[in-house]
Amino acid sequence: MTVPSDPLVAQHVLEFPGGYTRTTGPVIGRFLSELRGRRIVGARTAEGRVLVPPLEYDPATGEPVTGEYVEVGPAGTVTTWAWVHEPLDGHPVDRPFAWALIKLDGADTALVHAVCPEHPKAMEAGMRVWPVWRDQPSGHITDISYFVPEVTKIVSNVRSEYRLQAGGALRVFLEGVRRGVFLGGRCDQCDKVYVPYRAACPACGNAIPDTLELPDTGTITTFAINNLPDPRAPQVPFVSAYILLDGADVPMIALIGDVPAHEVRQGMRVKAVWVPESERTASMANIRWFAPTGEPDVELS
Amino acid sequence: MRALATREVAIVAFAQTRHTPHDTGLTEPELILPVINEVKRRTGLERFGFTCSGSCDYLAGAPFSFVSALDALGAWPPISESHVEMDGAWALYEAWVRLQHGDVDSALVYGFGKSSLGDLRTIMTLQLDPYYLAPLGLDQLSYAALQAAAVGADRKELDEIVRRSRADGRANPYALDLPDPEGEDLAVQPLKQTDVPPSTDGAAAIVLAAGDLARELSESPAFVRGIAHRIEPHYLGMRHLARSVSAADAARAAGVGKGPVEVAELHAQFPHEEIILREALELTGDTVINPSGGPLAANPVMATGLIRIGEAAQRILDGQARRTVAHAAGGPCLQHNLVTVLEA
Ligand SMILES: [Zn+2]
Repeated sequence: MTVPSDPLVAQHVLEFPGGYTRTTGPVIGRFLSELRGRRIVGARTAEGRVLVPPLEYDPATGEPVTGEYVEVGPAGTVTTWAWVHEPLDGHPVDRPFAWALIKLDGADTALVHAVCPEHPKAMEAGMRVWPVWRDQPSGHITDISYFVPEVTKIVSNVRSEYRLQAGGALRVFLEGVRRGVFLGGRCDQCDKVYVPYRAACPACGNAIPDTLELPDTGTITTFAINNLPDPRAPQVPFVSAYILLDGADVPMIALIGDVPAHEVRQGMRVKAVWVPESERTASMANIRWFAPTGEPDVELS
Repeated sequence: MRALATREVAIVAFAQTRHTPHDTGLTEPELILPVINEVKRRTGLERFGFTCSGSCDYLAGAPFSFVSALDALGAWPPISESHVEMDGAWALYEAWVRLQHGDVDSALVYGFGKSSLGDLRTIMTLQLDPYYLAPLGLDQLSYAALQAAAVGADRKELDEIVRRSRADGRANPYALDLPDPEGEDLAVQPLKQTDVPPSTDGAAAIVLAAGDLARELSESPAFVRGIAHRIEPHYLGMRHLARSVSAADAARAAGVGKGPVEVAELHAQFPHEEIILREALELTGDTVINPSGGPLAANPVMATGLIRIGEAAQRILDGQARRTVAHAAGGPCLQHNLVTVLEA
């Protein structure tokens, strides 16, 4: 306890050491005893409703409840909830949580208790919740530590490893990248230039035997600003774009760099930024990104 | 049901402190003394047939603290006196019942509370049942937020109630000087910080007089034409929180609907409570609600409900209105409601 510095101000605590001893009576006592056994029961009224937690009387009529106890739950449905950002000392949990009115399965009234979802966005009226029990129940309303959302989905991990090898046309293209050129190919039936180089035309199936060297300059046709981190990206946000290399008929996807994300636009002229010659490999990592050339924008058709 | 003939009883004087948002260091008798003296001065009465007060020992954290408050009264030679451990509005109800006996003609009623001494949000947990709710630490703000969620009111409507209440409070010399609500600081969601009533210290006193004495003491007494209170189960999950069945029953029993209501003073500590109460009391757009600013502009707990009755009576004592209604509430989430109909 802190000692106030002003002698005219005093700290005062009202406390009953050890707490009050309260008798529960048969109705509340039955409920708390069942809780100790990890069961939740309600009391049946003369009219057949099930009160949870049980009261000694029917609030609708004032008549005593019957001696019949009905096991309910343990799951229930949230009818109303309020979100606590900053829990107080006396609250059931010490992290943000919801207070909720929970209608347990088989009950006609709602139990007030805490619900702890992983995220407040998981809270909604109508959600299903299940109790989390205290390790050693003792016959107290806090034998239920709190409720958690019903299991509605699980996460299944998938992971298998592969070994990829670039052969054929891709190998030809990457060998070009090692030298610092983009290799494409022209379909002589369609008169379309494809990049990266491929052995057959995707439109007509015609073989493309020869490569064609394309410049490393082009125009942004469309782009996306990415706000999630990516191990391949230089920073967040980063921009990935479709770039139509000069002389090509299909765009290539690549990163855009050396320009603030919000300045990137369709029609912007860009040029590949290559890693220094000594570091080059047969890999797309050879290209850091594409950077603006400063030329006037191109009107896209 | 058999209709009971009631004795004519009127409010003839009302006084309240200039409420403060902090502890001024005054003891409870020192807080009460000026308002007792003021109603004595206004009525010219030095002694009363009956005296009744409302307060809550948990506010001061001291058992029987209301007994020391009697120092402000002049209780010797012995007076006929009683106390309710609830808002002074219920002390007024007890005094009204006492005057029905017919052997005394005047009653002094007062209510007082210093919220500043502790943390009202958690102190109010002590009013909950000790088996199911209090052990969870369910606090006042949290159960009010559960009720606000059940009402599901439009945010704009709630903001407007707070704005109007604070503006009216600034025009009321007894209420607090609170700025227009700004910001989105959440308290317990969906309630915002500005939806929370201000911590307030204060007291109020009312003099009731029966029959001819009422007309002797005041040019325009505010006659109690109907007064009734109803209660619902304390456990929140046994009630329909979005509505107040007990407030509606009390309003019907008090006869609110028997005539137009010019002014209604509602004990709505949170803006959604005003929405519930307007519906329960079937108030129309013609009724001016809480022109004093209401509890959102000054909330001296245990006097707030009595002040609603005093403010509603004052409009009639001043000759500004002919028929007003006052409402007082107790217990969690408007559990217990008292409605008074006052007429010139
Ligand atoms: Zn082709």
